[in-house]
Amino acid sequence: MNRIESPAASTANLQLRQVGKPLVRTDSPTKVYGTAVYAGDLTMPGMLCAAVLHSDRASALLRHVDTSRAEALAGVHCVLTAADLPPSQGVMTDMPGQTGGLTKNTKQPILAKDRVRFCGEPIALVAAENAAIAEQALRLIDIEYEDLDGIYDPFDALAPGAPIIFGDDNVVASYKVRKGDIEKGFAEADFIVENTFTTQYQEQAFLEPEAALAWVDEHEVLNIRSSTQVVEHYRAVADAIGLPHNRVRLRAEFVGGGFGGKEVMTIEVWLALLALASRRPVQLVQPRERSFLSHGPRHPFTMTHRTGVSGDGKITALQIKLTSDAGAYAKLSPYILLYATVGATGPYRVDNLHIDSVSAATNNLPACAFRGFGTMQANLACEGQMEEIAKLLGMDSMEVRRRNFIHTGDANVTGQIIRSAVWSDQCATQALATLGERPTDTQTTRIGHGVACYQQSYGRIRWMKDSSEAWVGVEMDGTVIVRSAVTDIGAGQSSALAQITGEILGVPMDQVVVYFGDGAVTPLAGTSTASRALYMSGNATKMAASQVRKNLLSCVAGYFGVKIEQLDMCDSQVFIIDDPQRSIALKDCVKLCAAEGVHRHNLAIFRAPTSEGIDPETGQGEVFPDFTYGAHAAQVAVDIETGEVKVLKSIGAHDVGQAINLRAVEGQVEGSALMGQGFALCEELILKQGRLQTGSLSEYLIPTSEDVPEIKAIVLESRSGLGPFGAKGIGEPVYAPVAASIANAVADAIGVHIFELPITPEKVIKALREKESTK
Amino acid sequence: MTDKETQMITEKRVDIQVNGQACEITVPAWRTLLEVLRELGHKEVKCGCEKGDCGACAVLLDGKVVDSCLTLAWNAAGRSVTTVQGLGGPDNPHPLQTAFIEHGSAQCGYCTPGMIMAAKALLDDIPEPSLKDIKRGLSGNLCRCTGYTRIFSAIQAAAETLRQQETTS
Repeated sequence: MNRIESPAASTANLQLRQVGKPLVRTDSPTKVYGTAVYAGDLTMPGMLCAAVLHSDRASALLRHVDTSRAEALAGVHCVLTAADLPPSQGVMTDMPGQTGGLTKNTKQPILAKDRVRFCGEPIALVAAENAAIAEQALRLIDIEYEDLDGIYDPFDALAPGAPIIFGDDNVVASYKVRKGDIEKGFAEADFIVENTFTTQYQEQAFLEPEAALAWVDEHEVLNIRSSTQVVEHYRAVADAIGLPHNRVRLRAEFVGGGFGGKEVMTIEVWLALLALASRRPVQLVQPRERSFLSHGPRHPFTMTHRTGVSGDGKITALQIKLTSDAGAYAKLSPYILLYATVGATGPYRVDNLHIDSVSAATNNLPACAFRGFGTMQANLACEGQMEEIAKLLGMDSMEVRRRNFIHTGDANVTGQIIRSAVWSDQCATQALATLGERPTDTQTTRIGHGVACYQQSYGRIRWMKDSSEAWVGVEMDGTVIVRSAVTDIGAGQSSALAQITGEILGVPMDQVVVYFGDGAVTPLAGTSTASRALYMSGNATKMAASQVRKNLLSCVAGYFGVKIEQLDMCDSQVFIIDDPQRSIALKDCVKLCAAEGVHRHNLAIFRAPTSEGIDPETGQGEVFPDFTYGAHAAQVAVDIETGEVKVLKSIGAHDVGQAINLRAVEGQVEGSALMGQGFALCEELILKQGRLQTGSLSEYLIPTSEDVPEIKAIVLESRSGLGPFGAKGIGEPVYAPVAASIANAVADAIGVHIFELPITPEKVIKALREKESTK
Repeated sequence: MTDKETQMITEKRVDIQVNGQACEITVPAWRTLLEVLRELGHKEVKCGCEKGDCGACAVLLDGKVVDSCLTLAWNAAGRSVTTVQGLGGPDNPHPLQTAFIEHGSAQCGYCTPGMIMAAKALLDDIPEPSLKDIKRGLSGNLCRCTGYTRIFSAIQAAAETLRQQETTS
């Protein structure tokens, strides 16, 4: 455990008794004893099993879909196709706003009607007595396709005359940033460096495939218990199937990994339709190979940086082009492209800047949200370019970074002034120092060190007008309840609320129960996405707990005849700070309040800062609430005979603002180190003419225990964030620099940069041969 | 399925001990141990891929770790199965469970039951495992959240606890 508190930090939260400590998360025991319930573990009497027929063509007309043989099979209760659907014929795949507002028209058909646009598009749903019958029924559905030409490359899709995938053209979204005087900036440059970087599809590969159970209850309310990051999808389900919002109840179970893959609607609306049609409880657990088709992987990006730089390493002008492959439907591509655009210059101040970004529709798998949400791809190019600039100038790359780092008070890409701490330099310096000495090269291995910094937002886009509610109450025996519809996707979302509440009310964390993730009975908290759950729900919970504390203390102040400020709460006692012997048990304090008719609970709402959008011509405006900064450093060994890259050390150093649970923070850093390593070196969804070639965990390779390097997390605390106690969001930020640091370390080891991820042995050997031949 | 295929289906009664409890069940030949265990209510045995790629369904079969998705229920006849709930619970936690809790080794928790069973088999084989032994022993169990580091440290801590228990007993 490494923890650094710089003297430059804002005032330390000295009074904290629980916050910041590496306490046991409240969800740990149930997961370790095997009693935690996930959506696929639920059963109900009379429950049917569902199965989904996915298209095996990437681009085709659906001439005929005949379900009669499937319907005739004994044990089949219903078979649904587009012909059976309600008139809305679509489901919103947009990010649900707390205001309920739709910001882009990103509706996607629930089931394909006349045409399939990607290989894997859902065509028919079956509910049957058991899974085996449901699978058999799928094989009895007869489909007549008429193949159409497909487009599988975003640049082909944007070429004039390309067939249109959906909408008016194949431009799913585009952004422009125009800042300063780029001509002047390039004229002032001593050197111009231009490089193009590409990234691949990355699959979330959460261990728990999509799972949900739906039924209509005795009040004619449609209930869904699901593995989802977003309880508010109940509204989109209701809109899609034509029910009022108050007739759909969505409850999120423990999620067996999300990483953005359970952010947009996955299987919930299918189960809603089947439950309504069959009037029976229906469960679906996607088999792994269909899970690959049911969410949306990370977007492949092509990123060109043309950088003007002065002889001393200062960036004078930067022109960036970003192109992403959205696939066959928009999903969240417009937002992901915006994140990439804002993140395109990394943690650097660039005054003369042009960015042109575009996301193109193709007949590939629709790409969607994945930890980092476009920022990490954009950051990879930015940090690779830093190394190339340093190489050209013969400078240390950290020195080039230092000359260009953005600082508190500077304007970022969109002209937003950064108000929180920017500790990029401290983080990078710490991470690099922790790598230690380089082992010496051997005859066949080359050692490399690499570092990457980043700037990643936390909290949602400002014009989504984000808010989060939480309820905190004290029971008559002094135990505490938190109610928040936050979803718990494994990062300790619900546990953090217990820890914050325990801190404020002076009760041990295990005396706090958090009811979470129920769209009907817990106050809506918004999504567990965008590194916002702790920031938003943590603030709302802290506000509610603080009000309860105030109410309780006001009663005790009267009882002791002192002022509220003279009282404190700890170990389920309220005591006088200067005379701790004079105290009252929390449960007795609650009784006092009850007798006086004082509220022992509070419902609070936290509202994030808002804005009205960006200027479409210049891209200027406030986009995010705030940003997290930090760095990752890697030490690699490259085998120059086989091209194999082995990561030896992987060090993340991040200013997290304030750790709420130190162990959970370190867990995020460690997990991201390995996930980023997979993105850098081995993970790649391969599509051939739109058809997935790597649809299993033996073909799509994520790092295993044997690939684990020495991983360290260094936690810095500026206490300057917008979250509770000065916390910043960390779930995505800690992931943003990892792959770039490894790519840079490989370049350091072999003396040549590989611009195309993943860095496979083949690419290493090819790069070495090209380097040899150009000597 | 044709009638001819239907006639080929044979079911068999098998006895399986699950966490010390005798279960007698009638199952067809193709039914996996994973499916049977979950039908019996052992939802702690997770399904992640049904192909032996991820290890989420790992259980002990007569003390040896197997992927229950790759094990036919018939092959478990007359044998003893241990799941993570059979290893221990809140009242009698196994040192591995205590260590997983204390080290924060579970994040989303979906790989955890299988991971702990693989770790149990590892420690039964190698009571003092090196880091390399641990990495090898868990190589059939995928985790996407943790980067494995806290799983490794928990196993090392549990091994130490077990050794101490050994010497004091």
